[in-house]
Amino acid sequence: MKKILVLIAGLIPMLALAAGGDVKLDKHMTDLRDTASLQRGAKTYMNYCMACHSLEHSRYNRVAKDLGIPDELMQENLVFADKKLGDLMTNAMRRDDAKRWFGAAPPDLTLVARVRRPDWLYSYMLSFYADETRPYGVNNEVFKDVGMPHVLAELQGVQAKGKAQVKVGYDTLTGQEVTEERDNVLYLAESGKLSAEEYDNLVYDLVNFLVYVSEPIALERQRIGWWVLLFLAIFFVPVYMLNKEFWKEVK
Amino acid sequence: MSNKLTAFMGWIDARLPVTQTYEKHMSKYYAPKNFNFWYFFGVLSMLMLVNQILTGIWLTMNYVPSAEGAFASVEYIMRDVEWGWLLRYLHSTGATFFFIAIYLHMFRALLYGSYQKPRELIWLFGMGIYLALMAEAFMGYVLPWGQMSYWGAQVIISLFSVIPFGLGDALTEWIRGDFLISGATLNRFFALHVIAVPLVIVMLVVLHLLALHEVGSNNPDGVEIKKVVDDQGKPLDGIPFHPFYTVHDMVGIVVFLMVFSAVLFFFPEGGGFMLEYANFEPADGLKTPEHIAPVWYFGAFYAILRAVPDKLFGVMAMGGAIAVLFVLPWLDRSPVKSWRYKGMISKVFIVVFAVAFVLLTWLGTQPATGTNTMLARIGSVIYFGYFLTMPFYTRMEKTKPVPERVTGGH
Repeated sequence: MKKILVLIAGLIPMLALAAGGDVKLDKHMTDLRDTASLQRGAKTYMNYCMACHSLEHSRYNRVAKDLGIPDELMQENLVFADKKLGDLMTNAMRRDDAKRWFGAAPPDLTLVARVRRPDWLYSYMLSFYADETRPYGVNNEVFKDVGMPHVLAELQGVQAKGKAQVKVGYDTLTGQEVTEERDNVLYLAESGKLSAEEYDNLVYDLVNFLVYVSEPIALERQRIGWWVLLFLAIFFVPVYMLNKEFWKEVK
Repeated sequence: MSNKLTAFMGWIDARLPVTQTYEKHMSKYYAPKNFNFWYFFGVLSMLMLVNQILTGIWLTMNYVPSAEGAFASVEYIMRDVEWGWLLRYLHSTGATFFFIAIYLHMFRALLYGSYQKPRELIWLFGMGIYLALMAEAFMGYVLPWGQMSYWGAQVIISLFSVIPFGLGDALTEWIRGDFLISGATLNRFFALHVIAVPLVIVMLVVLHLLALHEVGSNNPDGVEIKKVVDDQGKPLDGIPFHPFYTVHDMVGIVVFLMVFSAVLFFFPEGGGFMLEYANFEPADGLKTPEHIAPVWYFGAFYAILRAVPDKLFGVMAMGGAIAVLFVLPWLDRSPVKSWRYKGMISKVFIVVFAVAFVLLTWLGTQPATGTNTMLARIGSVIYFGYFLTMPFYTRMEKTKPVPERVTGGH
């Protein structure tokens, strides 16, 4: 029994690997139970992303069901005009057109959270900055020379890269923020419709939604998992006792 | 009722040796009574084989084996097929646990000398299963048609091109059925994965077990239990496989299933070691991923391949790493089977070897940086050194006396 535990413990480090990268990423505390957040994320996605980025493996009615959105509300507000509720969430953009406009066709994002991981997506959406050398006037800290324009610029505003005051901690006595001037950092040069905190929340919700849509069964999978483990734990008792009973006679 | 049943069984047995077979392999198959933890992994490998076959059959019902439809059909299984996600995760997690069980099963054989005379054929059939299983897993990983499916296949199949005399390129083209990895490759891998290789594996498993039951099981002491028998010819240290080991194995199975379920339901991607993140992106022949890594169970051999600077010699080293396992029964010249009674060199070497194998497995999944390559070279030298020096140290070292009967047990 002890050896089995050692084996299990030995397996754990194999599971703990994060995808490497050069840029330090912000942590996205994904919460698939926060239905309101997922709903807001879905709304942002449908309004700002869906025209270019399809979710071609997902269906409208599945999203509606999982996110607790009534069918009529979904159909009226979130489903593209020519689509039915049971359809896959494709869009009307033609790949060759898209390639001409952006240099590379905008990828389907159904599984992007499983490919790039939530922290990357979250950081990416916060890291656009003005760069005159790029065709759409923006570059990205996380994805250098990305072909995508900053679609949420009207909400976030425009960030620039250069010298700025950066929060480095709190004063232990007064509790006030301590800042320090650093070079090569992103700062808000021109504000948008949302405050920095509101924009941060919007991106959080958006990434939350993308994590959901990359594996819609995730929550249900874990819920069933607990029952399976509980069953096996209970089943272990008679199996163990049966074994003990038989082996009593073996000297 | 009981009379009728006896009569019915008599009728069957006169025509087909059902009772006789059951007795030979179950109720009158005498296994040593001192099996320990390591002896669970044979039955656990079998459990995973059954899991792979059953879930595989149901996955096939919705999977589309074409370059255009494969990726989307896997997502269709994950989202639209009732319980499809469970079948898929059972299959993908099952592959990992199959290899965990097989590796520990093989290591058990190393520890207790289960490959030694008269069990050489059991070992050879087992190695055949392992080889077929690697082919099976490799081709299975191509089927979802993600980026890593495509580029992993690209890397591995291109290894054949190092074969000289112009044969290499012809051979790779013949394997792919095309000038590069394409739908033609996917289709043939599907055929091989779902029918050809599984048939080979099942047949080899039957041979593995028939050979085992012919000579009887080894045990942690490496004592032949058939040498000491009672007046009816039954081994004194043996107990009928059924019911004793069937109820015993059940305990191991339940514990194993708990670990299996914990991974399946809570970490189905295995941190990117079982389902690689890049494989959630559809295959694209024009876009090479920055880091092409094998799934963890091929890591050791991939690390050995990369440890050698020359491509031809690298491929030979990788092939040699697998080939050397086949001749293991003839490398071990020790008069005793179990490491319990072997000398200090054997004991130290087997532990160092195990550490090196785990290290190589890890390195195979990581980018080949300077330090990593250095470590992979050290690991490779240990790997080969362990086997190639075995004929000498096993013969020379002083062994301990082996007891007449098995020790410990219950």
